[in-house]
Amino acid sequence: MISANLSAVFYLISGVLFILALRGLSSPETSRQGNFFGILGMIIAITVTFLSIGNFSNGFIVVLIFLLIGGLIGAFIAYKIPMTAMPELVAGFHSLVGLAAVFVAISAFLNPEAFNLGSPGNIKLGSLIEMSIGAAVGAITFSGSIIAFLKLQGIMSGSPITFKGQHPLNALILISIVILTYLLCSTQSSNLFWILLAVSFLIGFLLIIPIGGADMPVVISMLNSYSGWAAAGIGFTLENTALIITGALVGSSGAILSYIMCKGMNRSFFNVILGGFGATEQSGNSQSKEQRPVKSGNADDAAFLMKNASSVIIVPGYGMAVAQAQHALREMVDTLKKNDIKVSYAIHPVAGRMPGHMNVLLAEANVPYDEVFELEEINNDFANADVAFVIGANDVTNPVAKTDPQSPIYGMPVLDVEKCKSVLFVKRSLSPGYAGIDNDLFYKENTLMLFADAKKMTEDITKNL
Amino acid sequence: MEIDPFIFRLSIFILSIFIGYYVVWSVTPSLHTPLMSVTNAISSVIIVGAIIAGLAGDSDSIFNTSSIFGFLAISLAAINIFGGFLVTQRMLAMYKKKKKDK
Repeated sequence: MISANLSAVFYLISGVLFILALRGLSSPETSRQGNFFGILGMIIAITVTFLSIGNFSNGFIVVLIFLLIGGLIGAFIAYKIPMTAMPELVAGFHSLVGLAAVFVAISAFLNPEAFNLGSPGNIKLGSLIEMSIGAAVGAITFSGSIIAFLKLQGIMSGSPITFKGQHPLNALILISIVILTYLLCSTQSSNLFWILLAVSFLIGFLLIIPIGGADMPVVISMLNSYSGWAAAGIGFTLENTALIITGALVGSSGAILSYIMCKGMNRSFFNVILGGFGATEQSGNSQSKEQRPVKSGNADDAAFLMKNASSVIIVPGYGMAVAQAQHALREMVDTLKKNDIKVSYAIHPVAGRMPGHMNVLLAEANVPYDEVFELEEINNDFANADVAFVIGANDVTNPVAKTDPQSPIYGMPVLDVEKCKSVLFVKRSLSPGYAGIDNDLFYKENTLMLFADAKKMTEDITKNL
Repeated sequence: MEIDPFIFRLSIFILSIFIGYYVVWSVTPSLHTPLMSVTNAISSVIIVGAIIAGLAGDSDSIFNTSSIFGFLAISLAAINIFGGFLVTQRMLAMYKKKKKDK
């Protein structure tokens, strides 16, 4: 058994190691070392907890068994999961953090003596407030992440689910959570604690259903942030420095990512959270749509264009992930490079279903990360490039965002794909993208549409090169 | 008058938010997905609370309602810790620089 002061110092050390873990991610070279620091911090935190309790009775074995069960499941998932399923995995993991926070809060509420928080029915006021906040945020994280997971997995429709009175209802529930917390703290009633949890689960569910598929990057980042705040709430209850530091880190990390994603779509956070985007625009648009001529081609035409190019920029999007085309794409690029054609990749901040989604897929396909560029880095290069190869992206290339103030995506930063000498656009049909608006790029003089599955088309082009 | 320890914890919390703010802004956008999976893993340090809860029962009755919730939370957090760190490692191992040998 070690003293409380000593264990507090160790918790501080593991908190610092977690900061270094995030710091390592500033570049791919230092990132692996960063991950190691994270693991070290976790080992220290867990070991110190065991030592500070010093109770190596039968309970200890049970703890180890549960730890091992979870660890094996986690390791199995980590090795089996395909990289394209990363958004679902992260959403699933968020839900587990949320639920773990809820369970710890329940446990502390039922047996406060174990945590030095007072006795049942007479829990210290401060601890009870912290516990309620941790439990409520944890419950919201859990049910919200479950919905996000179901939407990403395709089990639930990705389109927004809206109904009349949705926002007033949500507001009412949020207010009731505040009132319930207040009542719970003044009466210490366990019934109120359960009601608080139930209502929090409900609001997590209601908050996410109106948000559509392509807004998922914001949702996942936001839930990431929530899971951090839930951990911090529990950290205050347990008076644990490691947990407070980590909660604050994760909370601000998720918040920053949400901000970056919102900026990538030129929409305010509230606009995304209130949801319903893309559901309303579609109906009006289909009537006014006139038949405009498009040029379409086959793999042969595309191969011809690329063979005669000296530089090609590839614009990947969610469609590439769906078609699992990243490996085929890399093979195509290898062939291009053999012909001395310069190839780079342009990634829009909100391409895919989570922050950095495209980068991971390209890395999986062995694309060197110094060939992959962010929007600001590469946008000026389109004017000098010969061919832009758009694979699975749509709204993020729409020039309407720059020209038409009436458009719902007006002002959104887009890739200046149309400035290329020619544009190859791989897509299955002319259907509009998530925003529900037509892409002007389809009808440009220099655009050649390649109607096919992204993977198959890429493979065919490689054959023809 | 003595300062409530809560204030110290609050100070740590607020300062950590600022550290998080600056550290996360310096994360390169191409590593945003590993950032999410690793934050997932580290926020599962909540397992510390779960272990305390699980070991709270006395030696005659290891299982009571409170400790069972603790045990379950241990498994959930462990899934995240192992899954989160390992999947991050798997991802990071894929990020390679251009080969110099051409």
